[in-house]
Amino acid sequence: MQLNEIWFLIVGFLFIGYFVLDGFDFGVGMAIPFLGKDDTDRRVLINSIGPVWDLNETWVIVAGATLFAAFPEWYASLFSGFYLPLLLILAALIARGVAFEYRGKGHTIGADEKKWKSRFDWMIVIGSALPSLLWGVAFANIVQGVPLNKDHVYTGTLFTLLNPYGLLGGLVTLTLFFTHGLVFITLKTDGDIKDRARALATKAGTVTTVLAAGFLVWTLVAHFSLIGFILTALAALSLIAALFANHYKREGISFSLLVFTIITAVGSLFAALFPNVFPSTTNPAFSLTIDNASSSQYTLTVMTWVAVFMIPLVLIYQGWTYWVFRKRVSRQSIPAGSH
Amino acid sequence: MHIANPAVLTDLSALDLSRWQFGLTTVYHFLFVPLTIGMVVLVAILQTAWVKTNNEKFLKLTKLFGKVFLINFAMGVVTGIVQEFQFGMNWSAYSRFVGDVFGAPLAMEGLLAFFFEATFIGLWIFGWDRLPKKVHLATIWLTALGVWLSAYFILAANGFMQNPVGFQINEAKNRAELVDIGAVLTNIVAINQFPHTITASFMFAGAVVVAVGAYHLKRKQFIEPMRTATRFGLWTVLLGGIGTVITGDGLGLAMVQTQPMKMAAAEALYKTSTGADASFSIFTLGTPDGVSELFSVRIPYLLSYLSTHTLNGTVEGLNDLQAQYVHLYGPGNYMPVLWITYWAFRWMIGLGALSMLIAVVGLVLTRKWKYNLPNWVWNVAIWAAPLPVLGISIGWMFTEMGRQPWIVFKLMKTASAVSPGINGVDVLISLFVFTLIYGALAVVEFKLLLAAAQKGVEEQVVSEDADKLAVAY
Repeated sequence: MQLNEIWFLIVGFLFIGYFVLDGFDFGVGMAIPFLGKDDTDRRVLINSIGPVWDLNETWVIVAGATLFAAFPEWYASLFSGFYLPLLLILAALIARGVAFEYRGKGHTIGADEKKWKSRFDWMIVIGSALPSLLWGVAFANIVQGVPLNKDHVYTGTLFTLLNPYGLLGGLVTLTLFFTHGLVFITLKTDGDIKDRARALATKAGTVTTVLAAGFLVWTLVAHFSLIGFILTALAALSLIAALFANHYKREGISFSLLVFTIITAVGSLFAALFPNVFPSTTNPAFSLTIDNASSSQYTLTVMTWVAVFMIPLVLIYQGWTYWVFRKRVSRQSIPAGSH
Repeated sequence: MHIANPAVLTDLSALDLSRWQFGLTTVYHFLFVPLTIGMVVLVAILQTAWVKTNNEKFLKLTKLFGKVFLINFAMGVVTGIVQEFQFGMNWSAYSRFVGDVFGAPLAMEGLLAFFFEATFIGLWIFGWDRLPKKVHLATIWLTALGVWLSAYFILAANGFMQNPVGFQINEAKNRAELVDIGAVLTNIVAINQFPHTITASFMFAGAVVVAVGAYHLKRKQFIEPMRTATRFGLWTVLLGGIGTVITGDGLGLAMVQTQPMKMAAAEALYKTSTGADASFSIFTLGTPDGVSELFSVRIPYLLSYLSTHTLNGTVEGLNDLQAQYVHLYGPGNYMPVLWITYWAFRWMIGLGALSMLIAVVGLVLTRKWKYNLPNWVWNVAIWAAPLPVLGISIGWMFTEMGRQPWIVFKLMKTASAVSPGINGVDVLISLFVFTLIYGALAVVEFKLLLAAAQKGVEEQVVSEDADKLAVAY
């Protein structure tokens, strides 16, 4: 296996890791208007991801940086080409991040607490829904290909990206992350909110299944490969199994199956892409591939050593964090009279 | 990319707007970074003092400055994502040309440092009641390690822009390729820039601690912990300041060696000068363009000493360097904007010196634990808090604007680095969005920081109930 193939896998791994981890953060954020009946409920929801959302978000920064280092041409074409969607994602991530930190601090500066919290709650909801939708739109368009000229410069407009396949991809990630978040809530909280999350997860999961089936079959038809077929089948089966597990109150199994669904579904997209990384619809010869987009052998060698040592270590210490905060959050965990 | 057909606005320059956007977002981001770099260590020291002595005042101070640190840290993180994305979004020609080299330290920063600090900061915030005391203390020190490592890799990446090393040009692919990662990570500019950044960051964190202490001592509240905080902060500013002078001297030498044009621009030195003629002007009345100088206060030999550490050294002037660069790189103007470099260099030094002076006076006034001082003394201490960060900000403006017209010195010009696929309207939209969000956040952030600082320390300390789940939100 060549180094640029290994880096295609590592970049894929980091983006999948990002979607698995920040995916449920987004889902929890989107669940606030559905499950957060009062402030205590909303705080239960937010604190269920409290210790981990920041490190989950870190995955996108690392994914972006490794993309830059390993495939500078891909990074340059993609980020400048998807300028406005990325701007929206950035704005949303900023809004969500500061909202977590600020929502409970309004009383310290004498703000009207209800209004203050409601404003930041909506920032969390929109800051979670918008990236969920847009990451799907972006990845679907990467797989489908976009107009790139011979210098690999994107020549489309914002509306080029809002095509049926792209939008369907966006709806899939939106509903999938929502379901993922709801099942995470059943796993991490206790009491009435857990039951309400479970019931909603069944509904959201059903919608997700329909949308995802359409999208993945569409992808498979357009870019058939054996590995793509296997991954798609596994994604579909594990999604359905996750919904059954959720229904039968097996939260841990349901959540694990959803993690597996995201891994295989996003994996099938990367399989559909390979060996391209950013196909051109203008002329296939203008496409970026793992060969013409990658860094030099030396850079890839250096980065491989770093990744080989660091990624297992990262998984260990992040896993430890999840272990430390394994306890469920319930209304009783929220101290009365606190903010 | 284009939104639709912006015929009316096509003459808006994506380049100029991208430069403004990068400048604004970077300066904004770097208001939070120095406080993070310095404060994480001060908090770690305070918490260590608590664990060692069991004296509750240290715990109270840890909690208070921990809160200040966290409000600030969140802003550093979210504005940091924008920084990374912008290289690809607005500067894709740059990213294509140097990504093979420049991407490596950024990716290393992510894999080695950023994951690390994000994880351990979460454990520290939520771990008060969940982790054994010493393990919890270790998490803040590990966060500090992550923050510092992070700073190093970013400065190594920036060092490449100031003094490109460890690469060769691949003509066929038309890009710079990495050939020696060791050279990139031990770049003489990075090695000197790192300690300068760290020590200056301590000055700012120290000045914030002093301001908080002074605010409460002026009101004669929380006297015991606030006396400790004030003295601790004053010493931090002073020692940080001494460190900043020493490391700044090292950085200056590295700059003369690698970017003589920048040093000449710092002094607006037109003619190559030797010995006593290589004087350092403290103040120039008129314009510093060398033509209409009316009056100046100059210290002979000082520029020679700063540049070469000898009294009879030769400092290259702007005119000679300009001629040299035209010869090497073709026609063009290779001088940065002189009034900016000249004054930025002086303001950076002046603000740092003023901050140190205030710290020395403060240490004298509060010796033997005196705190019965007139209000105006405390007010000076409070209002002196932003001096170091202003100096840091202006120092970076000098560093980055002094490199112009290059984005990578001698390798690529800023004008040819902008993304070819974006137009002025796109950048105008993003500039507008960032300005709006950053402006609103600045107001909220400042109010919250102020509120946390003014509230002072908690009267009650945390329970040590390990069964209770820590919630932070």
